[in-house]
Amino acid sequence: MPDSMSAWQLVASGDATLFAIVRLSLAVSLSAVAIAGVIGLPLGAILALTRFPGRTALVVVLNGFMGLPPVVVGLTVYLLLSRSGPLGELGLLFTPTAMIIAQSLLVLPIVAALTRQTIEDLWSEYGDELTAMGVGPSGRVATLLWDGRFSLITAMLAGFGRAAAEVGTVMIVGGNIEGFTRTMTTAIALETSKGNLPLAMGLGLILISLILVINAAAWGVRAWSEQRAG
Amino acid sequence: MRASLSDLPLVFDRVSQRAGATAILDRISLAIGPGAPTLVVGPNGSGKTTFLRISMGLTKPSEGMVSWGGRTETRPMRRAFLFQEPVMLRRSAAANIAYGLAQAGYPRKGRAARVEELLDRVGLLELAGRPARRLSGGEQQRLALARALARDPEVLLLDEPTASLDPAATRYVEEIVLMAARSGTKIVMASHDLGQVRRLAGDVLFMVRGRLIEQASADDFFEHPTTPEAAAFIRGDLVL
Repeated sequence: MPDSMSAWQLVASGDATLFAIVRLSLAVSLSAVAIAGVIGLPLGAILALTRFPGRTALVVVLNGFMGLPPVVVGLTVYLLLSRSGPLGELGLLFTPTAMIIAQSLLVLPIVAALTRQTIEDLWSEYGDELTAMGVGPSGRVATLLWDGRFSLITAMLAGFGRAAAEVGTVMIVGGNIEGFTRTMTTAIALETSKGNLPLAMGLGLILISLILVINAAAWGVRAWSEQRAG
Repeated sequence: MRASLSDLPLVFDRVSQRAGATAILDRISLAIGPGAPTLVVGPNGSGKTTFLRISMGLTKPSEGMVSWGGRTETRPMRRAFLFQEPVMLRRSAAANIAYGLAQAGYPRKGRAARVEELLDRVGLLELAGRPARRLSGGEQQRLALARALARDPEVLLLDEPTASLDPAATRYVEEIVLMAARSGTKIVMASHDLGQVRRLAGDVLFMVRGRLIEQASADDFFEHPTTPEAAAFIRGDLVL
């Protein structure tokens, strides 16, 4: 990425390095959100629909973890994956996989906590009806996740926003290696510290545009399916 | 499709439901067997809804025992419930019924045909693909009826299903209920509309302030009420 060019010139000239960075950023954040969704949606729903000792404490902790500091998550994953750490043999540190793992951990509490709230609210409306129809525990989870799908898209977007915007975990566990683990946010941090403010600002605008496009697409999907399903 | 276990007779043995010092239901004992529709009648706050919820197994009574065909497990085997304001699932009318069939263990094969049959029975065939939440109040109530009937219930409990419907929609719902009754489903339905009670009831449970004060055939209830409260209620006086 030539330093003399502005971000828009890079976009216009189809700069390969820039597109690799954008692609990696999207791949890491979307993978992390997908993983967090696969785990967090059912987890949040189960937490909403079950009662057990310590549940309240768990809900409070989960809500609190929505504000986990990225650098702390990064540091924890770093320690786990570092050569002398318990998962060091996998050799994952400073790879995109490590970044996905770290961002998944960051996004999981957001998805799970918002799902828990959504499903609990839905249950107060649906509870009697589903009980009367003899719907069992797994059926309840599936039915409410499906009927709450429009609100849950928003929960997933909140998770994506968090992942796409953060720099702490990807910097620590990815290492900002050019051409391999450099993302939009770590590139912005780097260019800023190098004093290349126009490029950093340009990259920031590209990142914001991407986030807006993805949110708009999700909104479109939501509106379209709401139109069809009522 | 299901074990031949019966949910009848529905038996209440000194059942009470208390909220603090107030008795919502006060020592109710009765048995409901198969036959013509039973209408649960009484002013607002007399405990009709609570009676139905306990009859369904949705609420556990604070005292006494309820049994269905001699069993005390609360999981609805052959019971269905129609709420005053039913919850429509966020999917099409047809899919709402398919869901009810699936929950009742109806085999996947033949489900589509059964959905059509049920939609036809409640006059909603042409709205099969419409999102259920876009239907009018009366249409939603009919769809909920079809969904309840999808369970092929032996007992159908209805909590004032026509309370917020206009006369045309009410008549439609009553016709479906009578049709279900004629095909052998036991109807237990709450109502405070005397006209409706006269049109539907085989027998009447009359409740006031959580107590069951009269249990009679519809004819006896209207011709020879044995309590002053029932007599006043039939005359149209205010019973508190």
